[in-house]
Amino acid sequence: MVIFDNMVNENLVKDVVKEPYKYGFVTDIETEKIAKGLNEDIIRLISKKKEEPKYLLDFRLKAFKKWQKMEEPDWAGLGYKQIDYQDIIYYSAPKQKEKISSLDEVDPKLLETFDKLGIPLTEQKKLTNVAVDAVFDSVSIATTFREELAEHGVIFCSISEAVKNHSDLIEKYLGTVVPASDNYFAALNSAVFSDGSFVYIPKGVTCPMDLSSYFRINSGDSGQFERTLIIAEESSSVSYLEGCTAPMFDTNTLHAAVVELIALDDASIKYSTVQNWYAGDEEGIGGIFNFVTKRGKCLGKRSKISWSQVETGSAITWKYPSCLLLGEESVGEFYSVALTNNLQQADTGTKMIHIGPKTKSTIVSKGISAGNSKNSYRGLVKMGTKATGSRNYSQCDSMLIGDQASANTFPYIKSQQPNSEIEHEASTCRISEDQLFYLQSRGIEFEEAVSMMVSGFCRDVFNQLPMEFAAEADKLLALKLEGSVG
Amino acid sequence: MQSKMKESDPILEVENLSASTDNLPILKGVSLTVYPGEIHAIMGRNGCGKSTLSKIIAGHPSYNITNGDIKFLGENINSLEPEERSQSGIFLGFQYPIEIPGVSNLEFLRVSTNARRKFLNKEELDTFDFEELVKEKLEIVKMDHAFLSRSVNQGFSGGEKKRNEILQMALLEPKIAILDETDSGLDIDALRIVASGIKKISNSQTGIILITHYQRLLDEIEPNYVHVMSDGQIIKTGESDLALELEKKGYEWTDNFIKET
Repeated sequence: MVIFDNMVNENLVKDVVKEPYKYGFVTDIETEKIAKGLNEDIIRLISKKKEEPKYLLDFRLKAFKKWQKMEEPDWAGLGYKQIDYQDIIYYSAPKQKEKISSLDEVDPKLLETFDKLGIPLTEQKKLTNVAVDAVFDSVSIATTFREELAEHGVIFCSISEAVKNHSDLIEKYLGTVVPASDNYFAALNSAVFSDGSFVYIPKGVTCPMDLSSYFRINSGDSGQFERTLIIAEESSSVSYLEGCTAPMFDTNTLHAAVVELIALDDASIKYSTVQNWYAGDEEGIGGIFNFVTKRGKCLGKRSKISWSQVETGSAITWKYPSCLLLGEESVGEFYSVALTNNLQQADTGTKMIHIGPKTKSTIVSKGISAGNSKNSYRGLVKMGTKATGSRNYSQCDSMLIGDQASANTFPYIKSQQPNSEIEHEASTCRISEDQLFYLQSRGIEFEEAVSMMVSGFCRDVFNQLPMEFAAEADKLLALKLEGSVG
Repeated sequence: MQSKMKESDPILEVENLSASTDNLPILKGVSLTVYPGEIHAIMGRNGCGKSTLSKIIAGHPSYNITNGDIKFLGENINSLEPEERSQSGIFLGFQYPIEIPGVSNLEFLRVSTNARRKFLNKEELDTFDFEELVKEKLEIVKMDHAFLSRSVNQGFSGGEKKRNEILQMALLEPKIAILDETDSGLDIDALRIVASGIKKISNSQTGIILITHYQRLLDEIEPNYVHVMSDGQIIKTGESDLALELEKKGYEWTDNFIKET
C-alpha cells in the first residue's frame, strides 16, 4: 500500500495547469489592418496614418535602412523558428470614429475587454489611485486622469498624441537613449513603431499618482511594436507600471518594444513591469516572442532609475532593462523575477554602465525554472575610466523546480577603473522534498507550500514593487506554478 | 503491559506496521497504542527505524506502507496527506528542523496555526490576533520575539531550532505529538526549557511519543512506557525503569532479546 504517492501530486498539478490562461480571449472587433509585409511604402503608410511630421518619417526610414543591413542576432542561443518579417502586419487598429472626445465614445467592446482584464477605464469604475493608458494592438485607446495630471503639469498620453502636441520633446529625446542602430529589434521598432506611452514630469514635481500602461495584443497576425518615452526633469519623480496580456493563438506573435527613460538632476524614475504575455501551450505551440529593448539614462547628478520586473509570460523573453549612469552619484537598480514553465525560454538581465564618478548600481535577479524551461540571467557591469569611486552589487539566484528545467547565469564584468568596486554573488537551489514535507506536516497544503517558498525566494524583488503589483505578482506566480512540482 | 483496562479510546494505534523505502524494508511489524494522557518513549540504536516510524505516522512521501495500519482517533489514516494529518492533530517534532529561506517564521506559524484552526472550526486569526497568541506561546519556550521576523529556521542554532519546534507544538495544540530526538544538541538549560514546555502543552487528553537516546530527557519528562526498537521492530516494552536499565547496560543488552524472540 502506498501512503503518499507522487502521482497524486502530479495529477493535482496537471489539473491546475490545465486551467486555461485567464487572459486568452479574443475581442471580436472590426479592425483596420494594413497589408502584410515590410517595405518603405508600408513605413510611409504608417507614418501617414498617424499624421506624423517629416522628421519622424525620416527617423523611421533611416532606421529601416539600417535594419535592412543588420542581421538577426543569435548569440543568446534561443531556439526558435526563423521569423518571416514579410508575414507580419505592422499596423492594426480597432475601427473607431475619427475623433474621440471622451471615453463615452470608445467602442464598448474595447472598454469591456479592459474590464475583463481588470483594468476598468470608464469614469465610474476606473482605478482610483492609478492613471492608465490602455493600448490595444497598435493604438492607444484611452488615458485616464489626464486633467488631474495636467494640473500638476504632468503629461501622460499616447506617444502618437505626444508627436502631435509635444513635438519638441519627442524630437529632442526620441532615440537618444536607444539609438535606432542599437540592435536589430530596436531598429525594427524605430522603423515601424505604432503606439505606446509618453510621460513628462516637469521640474520639481512628484507625480501625484502611479502611472500605468496596459498593453493588449488582440490580433494574431500583427506584431506589436510599442514605444515608450519617459522624461523626468530636475528634482521630479514618477512611478510607472506596465502590464501586458495577449490571447492564445497557435502561431507566435512578435512583440518588439523600445522603452527609453531619461532622468535629469535629482530626478527619479521607477519602472515596474508585470509581463504575462501568452506563453504557448505545454508543447510549446504558440506564444509571444518578447524581444524588447529597455534602457534608462541617468543624465543628471544624483538621478536614479530603478527597474523592477516580474516576467512570467511569453514563449521567449529576451530583454535587458539597463542603466547608463552618466551623472555624478547617479543610481541604477534592477530587480527581476523571471519564471519559466513548460517550454518557455527567458534570457534576461541588465547592463549597468558606470560612466560618471561615484555612481552606484544594484542588481537582484531571481530566476525560477520549472517544467522543461530554460532560464538565463545575462548581465554586464561596466566601470568606465571616469567612474572613480563607483560601486556595484549583484546577486543572482536561481531556483530549479523538477529535474528537467535549466538555469544559467552569465555575468560579464568589465572594469577600466581601479578605484571602483564590483561585487557579485550567485546561488542555485532546488525546492526539496524535505522542505515541502516540513511545511505540509504543519498543515500547509502542497500547492500553498510551493508558492510560499517561491514567493519567499522572490521576496527581495517583490519588496521593490508597488503594493498592488506585489500582491498581483505573488498570485500570478502561484497560478503559473500550480502543478509544476511533483 | 498495555492490556490493562483503559477508560477512554486510544488516540493512536499502530498495528503490525511494515514499511519500506526504495524497496528496502525499514519497519517490520510495529505495533503501538497510545491512550490520552500517556507518554511513551521509544529508544534504540541509530538506524533501528525510530525516525522512520515517526515520519510514516506524519505521512512522509518517501516511505511506502507494505502492511498494517495507522489509526488516529479510530480512523485509518494510511492514505491521508501530511497536511491533513497535521490539521487533524498529529504533530511531528523534527530531529533536524528544515530551513526555509525567505519565508518569514511569523507568517509560517500563522498559516500553519490557521490551517489547524480551520479544521477545528475555529475562527482564523489575522496578523494582529495571531501576534497576541504567539506572544503568549513564546513564553513557554522562552524565545525572543525577534525569532519571528527571521526566515523559518534559517541561521537558527540547534537549540533555537528545537525550541521553534516546541513553539509550533504549542500553537497547534495537537492530540498527539511525536518528538524525534528533540533533546539532541541541547545544552542543560535548553533541555529544561524544552522539557518544561512539553509538559505545559500536554495534558490528560493528549498523547506524547518521545524518541530519544538519552535518559536525561526522561529524567525531566517521566514516560509511562518505554519501548526498545531494533531492526524495525519493538523488541521490548517496559515502564520508566526500563530506560534506566538500558542506560546502565547499553543496547548490547537488548541484543539478547532478539535472540530470545
